[in-house]
Amino acid sequence: MIAIVDYNAGNLTSVQLALREVSLDGVITSDPEIVAQADHLIFPGVGAAGAAMEGLTQRRLDAAVKAFIASGRPYLGICIGCQVLLEKSDEDGGISCLGVLSGEVRRFQRAPGVKIPHMGWNQVRFARKHPVLEGIPDGGEFYFVHGYYPAPVDKAWVLANTEYGGTNFSSLLARDNIVACQFHAEKSGPFGLRLLKNFCAWNGKV
Amino acid sequence: MLTKRLIICLDVRDKKVTKGVKFQGNVDLGDPAEMAAQYYREGVDELVFYDITASAEGRPIDIGMVREVAKKVFIPFSVGGGIRNLDDMRAVLLAGAEKVSVNSLAVRDPDIIRQGARAFGSQCIVLGMDARKSGDPAFPSGYEVVIQGGRKPAHLDAVAWAKKSESLGAGEICLNSIDADGTKEGYELELTRKVSEAVGIPVIASGGAGKPEHLVAVLRQGKADAALVASMVHYGTYTVAGIKAEMEKAGVAVRKAPVAS
Repeated sequence: MIAIVDYNAGNLTSVQLALREVSLDGVITSDPEIVAQADHLIFPGVGAAGAAMEGLTQRRLDAAVKAFIASGRPYLGICIGCQVLLEKSDEDGGISCLGVLSGEVRRFQRAPGVKIPHMGWNQVRFARKHPVLEGIPDGGEFYFVHGYYPAPVDKAWVLANTEYGGTNFSSLLARDNIVACQFHAEKSGPFGLRLLKNFCAWNGKV
Repeated sequence: MLTKRLIICLDVRDKKVTKGVKFQGNVDLGDPAEMAAQYYREGVDELVFYDITASAEGRPIDIGMVREVAKKVFIPFSVGGGIRNLDDMRAVLLAGAEKVSVNSLAVRDPDIIRQGARAFGSQCIVLGMDARKSGDPAFPSGYEVVIQGGRKPAHLDAVAWAKKSESLGAGEICLNSIDADGTKEGYELELTRKVSEAVGIPVIASGGAGKPEHLVAVLRQGKADAALVASMVHYGTYTVAGIKAEMEKAGVAVRKAPVAS
């Protein structure tokens, strides 16, 4: 069973419909018990990291998500679902996140001609190979919309990079059974659908 | 590098995509979800839907249409026209739209932008703005905002309104020139540049696209982040791939979309 974490913020329909397009069924849930039973867990999200952490904590999903990750089963974080894995975020004046990965979430620096949010299609440049990237070309474009980006401590976790406004940031992270993308795979056309399909076929081992 | 977006606009009236000149003399072009799916397969970067009669008829947006589009299209799309409150916004977003666009409502009640941004995030809230040239010194940018399809003045300066919407939490501005709309003679470059330089959020240029050079001009001189087209593609004069090829030839970074199955 593929579970899609509902923390009461995101547009989860898009992820479910994207899975359906590649002949997969995703169960939208805010129940920690169902998260515990899932084979694959997808944590999508839009909006603010603070609201996401609050939503997770209120529903006791923070512990459920951490336990799922610790179990070694495949986890995919999308946008906010990527950012919450780090220790803290600059958003909303600074908030504590799940701390699964060491590092923080930083704001893009304002500069003339650099629009924030980083919105639109940008190239994702692979740092190494990974099962979820099967069939996707290096440098292919994915859809981004975010004002903050993940900055992991260990560069070994960086699966791909993207450049925006003079900042080269980690747009895709991977460690053990964790994959986390800053872009919206569910809105990234055929490449995004392929990534979702690859993830759901993956056993979490590299 | 962030690419410049090619966005196709679908005006919807009585469940059909329609196109008119300056909001008058409309003709039906096809089914919204079918057309959206076709443009998605051709590699368009984003879609915009306006329920152009919802507002005038005082009825909510056609959520069934939004659901149908979301089943077939795996790129961002925004929906506007007839948004009356936060509940309408939520319904549109939950049906699968990435963004919701407010125009007349935001003029009447600017706080809806702040409320929407707080509830769903700034990235979901697009300010739709119709503007036209004005010699009135009350509008220092030289452009005034109009509502109801250009029929009614909003008594706002276009640049000042853009900045205010940003401060309230809008994540993007879709800027339509009433003067250029439907002419096919090119976007209003000066208006677009003035608004785009005044704000720190992305600006979509709209109104006046007739050929690929027009897109190149508004993305370069107009400093727009994205360009919206409608009749250029609806009548088959140009294809998505054809427009993107011309943009790329002119040195504009575009998304090289794979063919969707």
